[in-house]
Amino acid sequence: MEPLIEPTDIPYLPRGVRLQGDRVRGIRVLQAPERAMQLDPIGDAILSELDGARSMSQIAADLAARYNAPQDQIAGDIRDFLTGLIERRMVFLKEAT
Amino acid sequence: MKDLPGQPPVQPRDLDGNPVTPGLPMAMLAEITHRCPLACPYCSNPVELTRAAQELPAEDWARVFREAADLGVLQVHISGGEPGARRDLAQIVASARDAGLYVNLITSGIGITRDRLLELDRAGVDHVQLSLQGIRPDMADRISGHPGSWDKKMGFADWVTEIGFPLTINAVVHRQNMERLPDMIDLAEHLGARRIEVATVQFHGWADLNRAALMPTQEQAAFARRIVNESRLRLRGRMVIDYVPADHHAIYPKACMGGWGSTGLNVAPDGSVLPCHAAQSIDWMRFDNVRDRCLSDIWNLSDAFNAFRGTEWMPEPCRSCERKTVDFGGCRCQAMALAGDARATDPVCSKSPLHAQVVARAEEDAAADTAEFIYRRMKKGG
Repeated sequence: MEPLIEPTDIPYLPRGVRLQGDRVRGIRVLQAPERAMQLDPIGDAILSELDGARSMSQIAADLAARYNAPQDQIAGDIRDFLTGLIERRMVFLKEAT
Repeated sequence: MKDLPGQPPVQPRDLDGNPVTPGLPMAMLAEITHRCPLACPYCSNPVELTRAAQELPAEDWARVFREAADLGVLQVHISGGEPGARRDLAQIVASARDAGLYVNLITSGIGITRDRLLELDRAGVDHVQLSLQGIRPDMADRISGHPGSWDKKMGFADWVTEIGFPLTINAVVHRQNMERLPDMIDLAEHLGARRIEVATVQFHGWADLNRAALMPTQEQAAFARRIVNESRLRLRGRMVIDYVPADHHAIYPKACMGGWGSTGLNVAPDGSVLPCHAAQSIDWMRFDNVRDRCLSDIWNLSDAFNAFRGTEWMPEPCRSCERKTVDFGGCRCQAMALAGDARATDPVCSKSPLHAQVVARAEEDAAADTAEFIYRRMKKGG
């Protein structure tokens, strides 16, 4: 799968995409136009970091530090996960200014 | 589900009396009106349309949305008819958001002004889906039966993107417009849509009355598939293409509703609750109404929802088929329409004994030399 995001890109949830809890099922979901996607704890952790200010590489560094995990591996996981969501137009990118 | 104190729990059963286990619904289609300025000859509304006087009031919709959210529904699709035909649309939208639902507005774009769209923005619409009947005024206006529809739609699409709603284009394709599919995809991209749904006409209700004018040819079905596949590659990361193929030309049927009574429900304008929007074509089936019974009881306990849950109700060849939990025997309404029996294997399935007949009839309709439509209209008077 060819990645659709560069380390310096700033990923964000666009209008119409919401990260929220599902009180009936007790899970976390990503709501988007005519889609609701169940998130595992890793997906939830990644998406909770999207603040529209930090780049993907900064997010990877922060998560690696927090979970005491190798940054390269975390960066790869984030890139693949976000590429899947960019393909579905559930995550947008802006370039660093 | 709720049980009365001191009563044994009620066991939901399918139409043969086999025990079934209802799951949790994810999505609700709220058809708040059948009124519509368009007259598309493939309209998914039933041939017997509900009149304004029978429509569920906004206060009842607010209660239904709360009950739906409590039941596990995450998204509501507010549709019609044309939902904008109701003056209280913004109030209905706001009550759905108050209930915590994600609100998709499914519209023709006709009759909603820019000011009203701003009001709907304040009310909390999350996403707008705009229908497309064709390309350019001549084609779009003829198919929708509404002169001026094309220009109004293009104006509406501009307001949607100006306000900032995510936009989906819903292009319904059939024999008379399938050649223009590449232009429809280009248009959606040009309008800034995040998604386009390319939906081949499903032959229920009004569309069934217009089979001879709408049925695509085998070549067209193959063309559409190729265009969708090529466009998906070209537009990767820029626009999503969802595709509902022509199932009369398929090997296996579509998994209608992802399985009967499994993930979705439909509330009709008068408050009837249906397992799918065409379910009223199953003439022996009775449907509960939100005016009489709470949504949770209807979902969990009603005969209509339990009738085709699980796989025990299935006859052969479905019963021993390895795909029975993939496509669930196909569409019950199509089985009703084509086999005269709602529990039969969907006759579009290549394993159905009626398959050869269905294909022959589709070929015959596809070759028919007519472009004339029977337009969707409410009956006069009444």
